Amino acid sequence: MTATVPTSITTTTTPAGAASPAGAALAASETLTLAAEPPGPPGAVGSMSITDVSCYYGSHLAVADVSLEIPGRAVTAFIGPSGCGKSTLLRAINRMHEVIPGARAEGSIELDGVDLCAKEVDPVAVRSKVGMVFQKPNPFPAMSIKDNVLAGLIIRGQRPRASAADELVERCLERAHLWDEVKDRLKKSGDSLSGGQQQRLCIARAIAVQPDVVLMDEPCSALDPISTLAIEELMRDLARDYTVVVVTHNMAQANRISDVTAFFSLASAGQPGRLVESGPTGQIFSAPKVAATRDYIEGRFG
Amino acid sequence: MRAAAVAVSLVLVGVLVFLAVKGSPAFTAGAGELPAHAANFWALAGPLAFGSLWVAVIALVFAALPAIGVALAATIYAPSPRFGRFLGAVLDLLAAVPSVVFGLWGLMVLAPAMVPIYEWLHRYLGWLPFFSGQPSVTGRTVLTAGMVVAVMILPIMAAICRESFALTPPALIEAAYALGATRWEMVRTAVLPVARSGIVAGGMLGLGRALGETMAVAMVLSAIPDLISVNLISSQNPSTIAQFIASTFPESTGSQVSALIALGLVLFAISLAVSVVGRRVAQQGVSR
Repeated sequence: MTATVPTSITTTTTPAGAASPAGAALAASETLTLAAEPPGPPGAVGSMSITDVSCYYGSHLAVADVSLEIPGRAVTAFIGPSGCGKSTLLRAINRMHEVIPGARAEGSIELDGVDLCAKEVDPVAVRSKVGMVFQKPNPFPAMSIKDNVLAGLIIRGQRPRASAADELVERCLERAHLWDEVKDRLKKSGDSLSGGQQQRLCIARAIAVQPDVVLMDEPCSALDPISTLAIEELMRDLARDYTVVVVTHNMAQANRISDVTAFFSLASAGQPGRLVESGPTGQIFSAPKVAATRDYIEGRFG
Repeated sequence: MRAAAVAVSLVLVGVLVFLAVKGSPAFTAGAGELPAHAANFWALAGPLAFGSLWVAVIALVFAALPAIGVALAATIYAPSPRFGRFLGAVLDLLAAVPSVVFGLWGLMVLAPAMVPIYEWLHRYLGWLPFFSGQPSVTGRTVLTAGMVVAVMILPIMAAICRESFALTPPALIEAAYALGATRWEMVRTAVLPVARSGIVAGGMLGLGRALGETMAVAMVLSAIPDLISVNLISSQNPSTIAQFIASTFPESTGSQVSALIALGLVLFAISLAVSVVGRRVAQQGVSR
């Protein structure tokens, strides 16, 4: 599975992080067109470069100086011990950290050349281009399965007409490998599904707003092994059309599903998390360059 | 604990027995024995029960949106937890103001201020039954009374809404934001649907409190006891049970007194029904 690694992946080298001229296009834009001509080779749409990103909770530095290239249309896994800041960094990508009072991020995170962290960029616009799936499945309990899929549109008062809605719901649920299980009970509450089904419903909900990137914060940690396998298959499948970034504690999972792996660690409790090493998953797992990575992968700590 | 529960139950049963025993002669009393020249008890109780519910519903309509708004401001929209606590303290203070004070305010400030508005409503919306007829020149209408009671029930409604908003699962708030919701869109998608039963319960408790409100209504409303009218701005207004008891009791004797006590029983039954429904709705929300 790791044979498809794009050759353009750099590790911790810092690319030129010049301010993008297209940056203003995203600000308060209705159509959310990011860049008309995305840079990079064709097929690499949805690639991101993270440059010198540090995240703070109040005065506490949680993640320090991360620079990382995330390839488009591929699965990138963030691994590392608890507290290493991998989830914090993930949340900074779609600016979900701003929901937490006192949390802020510095540096730049460019998606197809547009800096998502720029002040003039509306976080609401960022989140409709960069979707997120959480650790615990969180369908809206007061909505039907169908409305949960459409939630991103309903929220904005853009509920599609009946036939278009049916078509979109079917397409997204098919894409989330859930259609066959729920097609006869679309009117039922999302609460009536199993945990694994709920998580796939949340994935369908995330892709219904047509994002470029889907972030997943330990999406399988609350699920049983069978459901986990289903989500893993789904993540591989999603990478054909979306850039997938997944935080996981499960190293076997990172090895199975990801094209690129980034290993984060921290010197000791209370210290900021840092990116130790990143690269093609096969290389990280077979021949890591840094001793700390090897120790972690071989289970000697963390 | 158990002793307290028994004591409370005994007080409740005692009140009920008192109302039933002392009030029972009124149920069979004929013309001439009842206050306000009523032909029989139900002819007296019916219009008054309507008046009580009418004022309470008006109060509920006026209080509902501000209560939800204040509760949102104290939770989701609070710039800091300290601001939320401050707003809660202000509401508690509002709840501590004696109803006589609200009555005076309604009588001396709100009623005169509403007169031009009532004239405006009559001029442009007079074709509605609510605003037909000659508007009151004193402003002491059922609408004014309802607004005064609205201010009085606002704290309890806001407090209950605030509690249910604060219980919104953070996961749902995140889910809405992650789909690109603005704050208001998040509130509509994640907060309000989950808190719906809490909002309804707050409304029911507010309604229960409004039904029993006596002093403010008695001071503000110029009322006619046997009138059933939906007119909001007239000088001829229905009376409420609580107001009627308070204003009639001093000059009542014998069977008239038992009629007033029986009216108390009717009000007791209405309030009890409202609060039972409110509690049931609130519990449904918790168990889900």
